[in-house]
Formats: sequence, C-alpha cells, structure tokens
Amino acid sequence: MSTLSIEGLSWAVEVRRGAPRWLLRGIGLQVNEGEFVGLIGPNGSGKTSLLRCAYRSTTPARGHLCLDGEDLWQRSARWSAQRIAVVLQEFPQEFGLTVKDVVAMGRAPHKGLFDADTSEDARHVAQALEHVGLSTYAGQAFATLSGGEKQRVLLARALVQQPGLLILDEPTNHLDPRYQLELLRHLRGLGLSILASFHDLNLAAAFCDRIYVIAEGEIVARGTPAEVLTAELIEQVFGVKALVDRHPLHAYPRVTWIT
Amino acid sequence: MPIRGRLGIRLLLAGLVCVLVLSCISALAFGPAVIPQSYVWSIVGKHLGFAMPEDWSRSQEHIVWLIRAPRVVLGALVGAGLAMVGVALQAVTRNPLADPHLLGVSSGAAFGAVLVVLYLGEFAGVFSLPLAAFLGALGSMLLVLAVARRRGQLESDRLLLAGVAVSFVLMAMVNLLLFTGDHHAAASVVFWMLGGLGGARWDVLWLPGICVVAGLFALLAMARGLNALMSGEQTAVSLGFNGKGLRLQAFICTSLLTGVLVSLSGAIGFVGLMVPHVARALVGAEHRRLIPVAALLGALFLVWVDVAARTLIAPEDLPIGIATAALGGLFFLVMLRR
Ligand SMILES: Nc1ncnc2c1ncn2[C@@H]1O[C@H](COP(=O)(O)OP(=O)(O)OP(=O)(O)O)[C@@H](O)[C@H]1O
Ligand SMILES: [Mg+2]
Repeated sequence: MSTLSIEGLSWAVEVRRGAPRWLLRGIGLQVNEGEFVGLIGPNGSGKTSLLRCAYRSTTPARGHLCLDGEDLWQRSARWSAQRIAVVLQEFPQEFGLTVKDVVAMGRAPHKGLFDADTSEDARHVAQALEHVGLSTYAGQAFATLSGGEKQRVLLARALVQQPGLLILDEPTNHLDPRYQLELLRHLRGLGLSILASFHDLNLAAAFCDRIYVIAEGEIVARGTPAEVLTAELIEQVFGVKALVDRHPLHAYPRVTWIT
Repeated sequence: MPIRGRLGIRLLLAGLVCVLVLSCISALAFGPAVIPQSYVWSIVGKHLGFAMPEDWSRSQEHIVWLIRAPRVVLGALVGAGLAMVGVALQAVTRNPLADPHLLGVSSGAAFGAVLVVLYLGEFAGVFSLPLAAFLGALGSMLLVLAVARRRGQLESDRLLLAGVAVSFVLMAMVNLLLFTGDHHAAASVVFWMLGGLGGARWDVLWLPGICVVAGLFALLAMARGLNALMSGEQTAVSLGFNGKGLRLQAFICTSLLTGVLVSLSGAIGFVGLMVPHVARALVGAEHRRLIPVAALLGALFLVWVDVAARTLIAPEDLPIGIATAALGGLFFLVMLRR
C-alpha cells in the first residue's frame, strides 16, 4: 500500500513555438493508504493527462509528485514501476502475444537484464489470471479476446507487478454490468491504494472513498461522493441536468439523468 | 499451433542449431565444382583437428576450406544478424513491415561504396569498399537520427519516415553517380549492391562474428523492453522502461550491426523483413523466444539460398540479393496461400 501526493502540478503542451497551452493547472491530489480515489470530469478535461503525470509518463512543468514520501522524479522509471501499476486502454498490437505473455510482462520491473522467468513468476501469473477469471485463456492469442477480456488481462498484468498503487484509466469502459461490478468489488478487495478515472458517476459513487472532479485542467471539487455529487456541480461541470438522491439500498448518492 | 512451452523452445533451439551445423557443412559440397559430401566432411574434420584419410585433391581442399567455408559462415552470420535486426526494428517501430534497409543504412552503405569505387580508389587496400560502406552506413544512421529527433523525442513514426526519406535521397545520389560515372566501375558497384558473399575470407570473419554475437546479447538484454514497446509507449513506461532511451539503443545497435553486415555482403533484402514473421508463426512474439529462433532461421535460410546462388547459373555466381528476394518471396507467397 502506498500513498501518492500531488501538489501544485501543472502541465502544458507547446501549440506553436513559445505559446504554451496549459492542460493541467495547479493540481493538488492525495491518495492515502488503501484508499480508492475516483477522478471524474468531462471529455478532454485532463483526466488521462493527469494520470499520465502520476505514473511518470509525462513530465509536468511544475509541481511535486511524491510516492510514499519520495519524489517520483528523483527515482528511476523502474523504481516507480515496482510500486505503481497501470491499467490502460492501450492494447498490444496484433503481433501474436498470448494472454500469458501479456500478463508475464508485468514481472519486468522486478527482473534483471538476463533473468529467466522463475517458477515464482509463473505462480504470480497463474494466480493473477485466476483472480480475473481467465485461467483457461492462458494460451490463447491476446488479439482474439473480446474488449472486456482484454481489459481483465491487463488488470492481471497490473496485479502481477505487485504494486502499492494502482492507476486505472476508465477501467470499466469495455465491461458488461456484471464485470463492471465484479472488477470494482475485486479492486476494493485488494486493499491497494487506487486512483481511477470514471465516466459512470454512479459507479464512482458506489465504489470510491473520495472523488476529485476535474474540469478544464483544474480540480473544481473534492470530497466523499455524497459531498461532491450534487445536482449543481453536475450541471456546472458536465452541463446536464440530473436528479441526485440517496441510493435506495446504500448510503451513497444516486445520479439519475433528466432526459 | 506455435511452440511455447519452455521445453518445446529448448528442443526447437537445439534442433535448429543441429540443422544449421549440418547445413553449413553439407552446403560446402555445392558450387560450380561439385565435391562429394564424404570429402567435404573429412576436410572439415581435418581442419577441426581430427585425423582423416586424405584421399581428396589439394584443389578440392582449397575450394572447400578457403573459398566455400568462409562464405558459408559469412552467410550464416549475415542471415542471423539481419533477421535479429528485423525482429528488433519491427518491435521498436511497432510496424510489422519494418526492415533493416528501411532505415537508410543500406543506402548510406551504397553511397559510401560508390564514392570509393568511382572516385577514391583503394585507399585502404582490400578493405576499402567495406570500410567506405560502413562509414556511409554510419553517416546515414546519424543523419536519420538527427532528422527523426525532435525536442529530445524519438518517435517511431518519425524514425521510419526519416529513414525512408534519407534512403531515397541517398539512393538518388548513388544512381546519379552511377549514371554519370565510369560504366565499368559502376557495374562493379551495382554487383556489390545486389549482394554477394563471394568476398568472404577467414581473416575478415571475426568482425561480423563478434558483431552478431554482441548484437544477439544486446537484443536479448532488451527483450523484455521490446515486448513492452511493441505493446505501446504508455505500456512501456508503466512497466518501468524508458521508451525513448530504449528505442535509441535499439536503433543504434541495429544500425551498427546492419552497417557491418551490409558492408561485407551488400544489400541483401527480404531476410530481415520476412524471417521474423516466419519465426513469430513458430514461437509467437515474445522476444526472449523470438530473437534466438529468428537468428537461427535467418542463418539457415541464407546458407541454403547461397547454395542456390552458387549453383543455379554456375559457373556464374547469382547475386544473392536476387536469390533471397526471388526464393524468399515465392516461399512467402506459398505460406500466404495456405
Ligand atoms: N500531447 C498532447 N498534445 C496536445 N494536446 C493534448 C495532448 N495530450 C492531451 N491533449 C489535450 O488535452 C486535453 C485533455 O486530454 P485528456 O486525454 O487528458 O482528457 P480526458 O479527460 O482523459 O478525456 P476523455 O474523457 O475523453 O478520456 C484534450 O483537450 C486533449 O486534446
Ligand atoms: Mg481519457
């Protein structure tokens, strides 16, 4: 379990020479040990960009990123890959990797240059595949899986990395309702610190301990789902009217779109 | 169904090594002068230090050991090297059609070769042409890198595009020089460009030998990184690899290896493009399995194609570039049709 803290993070792309466009501005964000933190915001608001900064893929122009009190950018990519795993929507190309190959890639941060895979590694891989319910698919070509199965394989790869922090970009996108719930329940059960972006506000409400709302590159609200998800905020940020009440069975809020 | 178990891979590698060694020796028998297999095996045995009954003629021994043997070894090295380079480049550029010659290295080598043959003459004895070709390859590699790098980034698309563009410009200059230059000299350059292993001699083999072995280890060390890069930039980063650094390393390593091989054998096409595909069909795309298998298949392929090059229009030598392209292309068409 790890803690991630981001302070004053800003990131810009250079549109023309000397004309930066600020895509992230003064972001502050904290993921405490074992906490499930959600990130919501409209399309193009900067969720993916923020997550990329958090796993060291893009270098922010300003700000601090600390994992367990250590400055991420003072450490190597390998160091952070041993502690942060990422589930992306980027699927390996049709080159003929099997499901097992893809999952085994998650051991890479723990391996030296010429290290062979040990039986320990094989055990991790088998366990992770079992976790996501795809044990029987081990030998199948990754490219032949359905979108949801691919998503689960990538989760298995992240688990094999044995991270303290898990970062997920729209993890439920390709999944059917059953696997959406199963995956999120599963993630909660892992006890890892998790930072995930969501489009489905009800899923975020049901599973997140805290939610950050991002709009046009700035954090505009933060807090528990009940604090954050109000009809006013949803209208202000997403520009749509919604009815927010309490979930009939649970304490968290329920969002109903007014169509 | 591809072979993937650990035992299966080991058996496959052992089998390929055996077949390669047997092929290299049997291949010595073929050529304009056909020499019986029994002689060939005994001559090789003698040179490996075994006591053999010497019932062959001196000229037969000369042909087998001093002319054909280095040529066969060079063929195996070039085949292995180009196949490995192809595997690595296809992963790094995430493009299954990437090929060692796409990156401009071969045209750079050709440019160097043309300059030497037409204008400089033999400035370094018999090594003039290979040396000039290698310098040309190095120059074009640096040029491609300089063009492809933007703000410290090295993107795969830009790498390929820069390689193709540099290649076209250099080939234009090569063709211009050939067109305007002395036609007799030009013919020898064209012959070199079509590829040939005829120039192989024992005393130059150490160089490609060291390069291919070093390249094999360098690429094996990068194998996990290549797996990750093949899956995408973000994946590579999230698994702790520095995508740009890895791509640069792979590019420099493959360019140097291609440069050395091309300078000795001319531009031999097809091996680097197609052998990786055949190898992937055999063992899948995991690079720790793929790289050694592709290297062995490439070596095997080139050894036998060179046999064809020596015998098809004997006593003339068919340029091996023509033979690889024709035979390899046909083989691949058959594979596609199945
Ligand atoms: N490398 C880049 N160069 C230029 N613009 C970029 C770059 N990366 C992101 N952007 C821009 O930054 C904005 C935020 O993009 P980002 O992908 O972070 O949005 P998002 O919140 O993840 O959106 P979505 O919900 O659609 O996934 C977009 O307007 C996008 O066009
Ligand atoms: Mg996004």
